[in-house]
Amino acid sequence: MIRNSAAEMAAKLNSGEITSVELTRLHLDRIASVDTEVHAFLYVNNEGALAQAAEVDAKRAAGEKMSPLAGVPLALKDVMTQKGVPTTCGSKILEGWRPPYDSTVVTNLKKNGIVILGKTNMDEFAMGSSTENSAYGPTHNPWDLSRIPGGSGGGSSAALAAFEAPLAIGTDTGGSIRQPAAVTGTVGVKPTYGGVSRFGLVAFSSSLDQAGPCARTVLDAALLHEAIAGHDPKDSTSINAPVPQVVAAAKSGDVKGMKIGVVKELNGDGYQSGVRSRFEESLELLAAAGAEIVEVSAPNFEYALAAYYLIAPSECSSNLARFDAMRYGLRVGDVDGASAESVMNLTREVGFGREVKRRIILGTYALSSGYYDAYYGSAQKVRTLITQDFNNAFEKCDVMVSPTCPTTAFKIGEKSNDPIAMYLNDIATIPVNMAGIGGMSLPAGLAPEDGLPVGFQIMAPAMQDDRMYLVGAALEAALLSKWGAPLLSKIPALAGA
Amino acid sequence: MTSLSRDDVANLARLARIEMSDEELVNLSNEFTVILDAVARVQEVAGADVQPTSHPLPLRNVFRPDVVVASLTPEEALSGAPSQEESRFRVPQILGEE
Repeated sequence: MIRNSAAEMAAKLNSGEITSVELTRLHLDRIASVDTEVHAFLYVNNEGALAQAAEVDAKRAAGEKMSPLAGVPLALKDVMTQKGVPTTCGSKILEGWRPPYDSTVVTNLKKNGIVILGKTNMDEFAMGSSTENSAYGPTHNPWDLSRIPGGSGGGSSAALAAFEAPLAIGTDTGGSIRQPAAVTGTVGVKPTYGGVSRFGLVAFSSSLDQAGPCARTVLDAALLHEAIAGHDPKDSTSINAPVPQVVAAAKSGDVKGMKIGVVKELNGDGYQSGVRSRFEESLELLAAAGAEIVEVSAPNFEYALAAYYLIAPSECSSNLARFDAMRYGLRVGDVDGASAESVMNLTREVGFGREVKRRIILGTYALSSGYYDAYYGSAQKVRTLITQDFNNAFEKCDVMVSPTCPTTAFKIGEKSNDPIAMYLNDIATIPVNMAGIGGMSLPAGLAPEDGLPVGFQIMAPAMQDDRMYLVGAALEAALLSKWGAPLLSKIPALAGA
Repeated sequence: MTSLSRDDVANLARLARIEMSDEELVNLSNEFTVILDAVARVQEVAGADVQPTSHPLPLRNVFRPDVVVASLTPEEALSGAPSQEESRFRVPQILGEE
């Protein structure tokens, strides 16, 4: 049962084959048996999840009209507030904090009867590509426990791959939904910026942050997408327009006549050979399904990484100023006669990890007078050029595609002392955030040389998120008929199971 | 090649309100030489004629109707306070010592 898709679970809940309480308990048992190895969760809300499930069961029994995913469990990235449930963002500075309010994503999940199992591990404040920057220890990739599950949303992706949850919520600032999906053989979608409310998403880089659905199938991601998306008056950057019809697109998967643009600059040198061969194979399958493959060029993408590592730290240095030890969270050094400034200095020294400090300092530098134009100002101009590259390319194609990441999952510890090597993971995912458009990663198979999952990225123009689901569903179906079973059926069994 | 000295980093840490050990300052100063070199590439491409983009959406001010809506109770707002007194956040001394 726990290996079913969310849509299959929902059908069994509807037919009465299983109750939500039973389904939730199966997942809580699975978490209890395998999460000591995987460490996907920072907090498991046993009682809260079962109470929510019981409520859904009661409504169903009373004959109420149910949402498509009602009663299906989900894992929530620990960057989203949930009232009364610990929310740490993977940081010591928020250890023990229980938010007094729900994020809009959580409000929408609850409204749809989606059962929240607990909070998943992440790089501290979503800064990282490996989940090694969590103050609470790394998460392990269920494909190979010595490897990273991606980041920052490695807890959410690992929970899906380990069958601890069929659905998860991630957030994507530079690839934190898509890169974890790629390296765990799962599906992750970064919607158009403004498509899902940021209210209650603890801010890292406000002009880039976007929450989105994580799942094991394209249809499941679409169902979750529609459950959480939509205009929210509590987020002034939320788009006031109808949610793209992503479920219909995922059910159709018809790509006949669609033009698929292969980004010339996101391939070739620096990409692992197995990543390239799986990518080429996916293109052939899409062509066989009736799509037209064209090449597009985005010459300014090569500057995206540099611009990102100025814009995101700049915004983070401002956003993280709120952790001042005054109103919530950690407070250190509050002895008689200590000044507020010294308490703040000491609290932030102890409460923040290395990567967070590095980025705050970098952002402080990039925004300081005398350097602003050379760094932050130039980065904002690059952002314009990247958006223009996308606009030009989308005149020649309906979606753009690339490998999601240059490599498969690397070993835990392998890159933790080399920030630049770590940042290079995000080279193919960052342009999407810079332009505020949508991006999806779905499994393209295993790299022959290491047997690890490879991700295929689809990018669509703003508010045309349904196009990603059309292409994703087509590729998923073609690969499924080629493999005979989903990719995750090949994942090694965990010892606890 | 741009570089930041240990003292430059110490000044940034002070501005960012983060206490740092000497070892941390030296490490960051070394790392910044590499990082700044990498990010300085943004200066190669963007000419004066390119408009900066601060945000992906062309939004200006977004208003809501000026009506009172439910908000947190004082108890909820103070629920995470490290220290409180008489329904207020208790904070360390914020003005200079006499």
